[in-house]
Amino acid sequence: MNSFFARKYVIQGIFIAIALIIVARLFYLQIIDDKYILSANNNVLRKVVVYPARGVILDRNNEVLVQNEPVYDLLVTPREAKEIDTALLCRLIDIDVKGFNDRMDKAKKHSPYRASIFEKQLSSETYASLQEHLYKFSGFYVQNRTVRNYPDSIAAQFLGYITEVNDKDIERSNGFYSPGDYIGKSGVERAYEELLRGKRGVKNLMVDALNRPKGVFMEGKYDTLAVTGDGLVSSLDKTLQILGEKLMKNKLGSIVAIEPSTGEILTFVSSETYDPNMMVGRQLGNNYMKLLEDENRPMFIRPIQASYPPGSVFKVVAALTAQQAGVIDDKTTFYCPGGYSYGGGRGFMKCTHVDGSTDLVKSIQRSCNTYYGYVYARMIESRGMPTTKAYDLWREALGQFGLGHTLGIDLPGEKPGLVPTSDYYTKSYGNATWRSSFNISLSIGQGELGITPLQMANIMAIVANRGFYYRPHLIKGIGEEKIVKKEFTEKIYAGVDAKYYEPVIEGMSRAVNIPGGTGYSVRINGIEMCGKTGTVQNPHGENHAVFFAFAPRENPKIAIAVFVENAGYGGTWAGPIASMLVEQYLTDTITLAKHLQDRIYNASLLPAPKKVEQPKNSTIKADSTKKNTQQANTTRATNNELVVHHSQVRRRNEQVAAR
Amino acid sequence: MNKSQQGSFFGRIDWVTIVLWLLLCLIGWFNIHAAVFDPEHPNIFSLETNYGKQSIYIFTALLIGVSILIIDSRFFISASPIIYIVVMLLLVTVLIVGRNVGGNQAWIPLGSFRLQPSEFGKLATCLLLAYYLSSQAGKMPNNKSLFIGCLIILLPVALVMLQPDTGSALAFFALIFVFYREGYIGNSVLIIGALAILLFVLALLINQWILIGIIAAVCIFFGFMLRKRRKNIINIAILFFASSMYILCVDFAYENILQTHQRNRIDIILGKIDDPRGQGYNLNQSKIAIGSGQLFGKGYLQGTQTKYNFVPEQSTDFIFCTIGEEWGFVGSVVLISIYLFLLVRIVNIAERQRTAFARIYAYGVASILFFHFFINIGMTIGIVPVIGIPLPFISYGGSSLWSFTILLFILLRFDSARKGLSPM
Repeated sequence: MNSFFARKYVIQGIFIAIALIIVARLFYLQIIDDKYILSANNNVLRKVVVYPARGVILDRNNEVLVQNEPVYDLLVTPREAKEIDTALLCRLIDIDVKGFNDRMDKAKKHSPYRASIFEKQLSSETYASLQEHLYKFSGFYVQNRTVRNYPDSIAAQFLGYITEVNDKDIERSNGFYSPGDYIGKSGVERAYEELLRGKRGVKNLMVDALNRPKGVFMEGKYDTLAVTGDGLVSSLDKTLQILGEKLMKNKLGSIVAIEPSTGEILTFVSSETYDPNMMVGRQLGNNYMKLLEDENRPMFIRPIQASYPPGSVFKVVAALTAQQAGVIDDKTTFYCPGGYSYGGGRGFMKCTHVDGSTDLVKSIQRSCNTYYGYVYARMIESRGMPTTKAYDLWREALGQFGLGHTLGIDLPGEKPGLVPTSDYYTKSYGNATWRSSFNISLSIGQGELGITPLQMANIMAIVANRGFYYRPHLIKGIGEEKIVKKEFTEKIYAGVDAKYYEPVIEGMSRAVNIPGGTGYSVRINGIEMCGKTGTVQNPHGENHAVFFAFAPRENPKIAIAVFVENAGYGGTWAGPIASMLVEQYLTDTITLAKHLQDRIYNASLLPAPKKVEQPKNSTIKADSTKKNTQQANTTRATNNELVVHHSQVRRRNEQVAAR
Repeated sequence: MNKSQQGSFFGRIDWVTIVLWLLLCLIGWFNIHAAVFDPEHPNIFSLETNYGKQSIYIFTALLIGVSILIIDSRFFISASPIIYIVVMLLLVTVLIVGRNVGGNQAWIPLGSFRLQPSEFGKLATCLLLAYYLSSQAGKMPNNKSLFIGCLIILLPVALVMLQPDTGSALAFFALIFVFYREGYIGNSVLIIGALAILLFVLALLINQWILIGIIAAVCIFFGFMLRKRRKNIINIAILFFASSMYILCVDFAYENILQTHQRNRIDIILGKIDDPRGQGYNLNQSKIAIGSGQLFGKGYLQGTQTKYNFVPEQSTDFIFCTIGEEWGFVGSVVLISIYLFLLVRIVNIAERQRTAFARIYAYGVASILFFHFFINIGMTIGIVPVIGIPLPFISYGGSSLWSFTILLFILLRFDSARKGLSPM
């Protein structure tokens, strides 16, 4: 009967063989090939990003400049979105049916199974009305995050703005950013991006096959909390900033005010400005285009990106560098016959006055072009060296004053301005034998010089400090500990000894505080403000008005530069603005005559729709400083004759060469 | 004869098998708990859930098992034809009144419970096959008995195919081991069978003409080596022509006889279809679940792939995924070892039977359990095409648990009674 007994072993052998095949296969699946654990996690894990709140930015008195406001992103999982009331949803979030379909198609393209953003940044109000109906829209849900909010709508160019990261940002960040993140695109938001952005948190949710959340993975073992970005304390004074922006309304230009003892920037006005809240939310794209197309270029950060010839305010630097170089001292006098004659009488640089014998203090007080023509001539020609070398030495001295290079402010996009090298003039002259007459307009801050308003304010800070400055900066404290960046605590010397400042300061003080000074009209009762007006040649239109000042004379608290484009005479437009800001900062009040204030507030000096008030009096007077300020703008008309521009000089030299 | 066979009624029972059976039932129960875990009904006895129901099925199965052990073993022999007829009638009934679930008309609704007659078909077939073949035991194995034996198998196969439940129908073919053991078919059939499977796979993978060319080359080589005897050359020639015809038929049969979904399942296994989101979704998810278990598994109730429904049928046909995921390689090997131990033991039990009926029946049990074990686990790990059959004692479901339990316990009953039965 058991004749086939041995076949038992064959059968058992087959059983064992199959079992071994199964075990071998399992060994491969479970031990060797580790792609399955990844696929499993892929299946079940949904990383939900918890967006951190961006750091808040405060002003120097801990008043809020930028804060966060909750908004709500509407997400959709297309596969789950079925039989919904499209019309109702469209109405609730204010889109049309086409918009709905476009968004839905985009989401489907992304993935029918996973949630993608349907509509971004719904406001709290929209969310409130949507929320009541949300249960009707299966597959839709809301994720909240925060956006920036600017309670006073000020300091747009300083604060900058944030947008969603683009592909390049993601690439550059080595994986820090992922689509949907925000990144600072300009201003402080960009400069301090790494501190402000905080750290994203991740919640590892588990979902089932239908993508329904099923709980937290590993009890949150791999979850990370979102870390709020570091808060920043700005050096800005909010009150002063608001005042500054109000004063600059409908004018192009800049205001930069610096606390000389620290380099902290108190006011940073770039006009035309815009409401930073425009760069937030669903209208960002449209608003951005609007701002880009605006001919007044509100996105242009004038204080650090616009560079102009400084005009007469440059005489302060000329006087200081000349003393240090030893070509003049406080007793040096030159005779002013109402202008500086040069190039063997072929050129004449006019003064606004005929002052006769003028010393250093008076030269500043009266802004004497003649004096500085002589100073420059000595600087270049009387130092026992070739003019090119003398010029380059002088250029180096200007560099120490922060001209011709960036100051290192904590904002992206700072421009260096321009102080041409001797080579530049050698090239345009044809050889190295040029003399001071070739570029005499440099002596009074005209010509090729390019100086940013920030650099102007910094010059004032140097003068206020009698010889040194701190890098101007906008953020004075980072995070909880209010850390100050090291580079902002380092004293930088401007290369002119302290003793040389007194005559210049005396001149600036007289210019404001003594009748007949160029800035007498904007003096402040009880405060000795030292200032200097400037009027900058503008070949394209009205001259630019400059005023820079610091106050009080002893132990100065504020150094300020005001630059108003196309405004005309500096004492008329820039002076009162500076004066009001200084007084506001030092005393919290403004005593300037009401009509003077109103004139500034109401003036529109924008170039495009020309609403500039016409001069009441078109007479041309050489000495406008004696006229009252209302009439001072008439001097504009004379400006064309004030200075011989380089173009003329060059033309003449070309003629000589042609002969 | 050892002591247990001479002792009391309980002493004569093969307790090892019962322990293995109970172990498998419990493993099944716990893994069903993990596979379809419902946080609202976490209790494993919770009757709202499948794991709660399974606890009842296991308990009932135990009662059935005990009842079987009490019944006189001769009853099962004499009742075999009746049981067979009743089950065949049920298989016909299900085609008429059955409930269609998932495309198969396989269930007869009985109140809240659904009976799956095809599960009992295997039991009935085993019994009748043993009944018939043991009656032929005196004679030399002959083709007539083989033919009748085949008919006994093919009737339920045909009925189950009508449901249509190909997977369950295929399980009957496992009984080929019975014919083999009883000498109705020889080793050559096993070899030819293995060759047929190999050629089938190769024919699908390789161009048929190239394959025939390869076989021709192999045959010429062996023909040359064995040229001394003419008979060898003739055999090789026959083999060559047979395989060539077979290969040509495979392609035709594959395209025309198999249904699309069956073809797809084979293509996926062979790697001809790579479609993890569509056709290959089940298998892919199954492999992910098992593969992600790694060495020690994720732990009881810690699996995610099965619990969160990534794996289909995770408490029935794909229950092995939960074991692989939560208990890892170690747990899987333990389970396979238990099965292998059980299978080997059943063969040993078979061989110690004094009656041909008991031995044939025992081989039938081993064959059917083996087929389910191999095909079920094999499909979850991608070595055989997806065929929807349960893993005995482990998969959720009353019909399957009870029918396998009855199958096994009848064997144990014969084993415990073998002293009292005279050899037929």
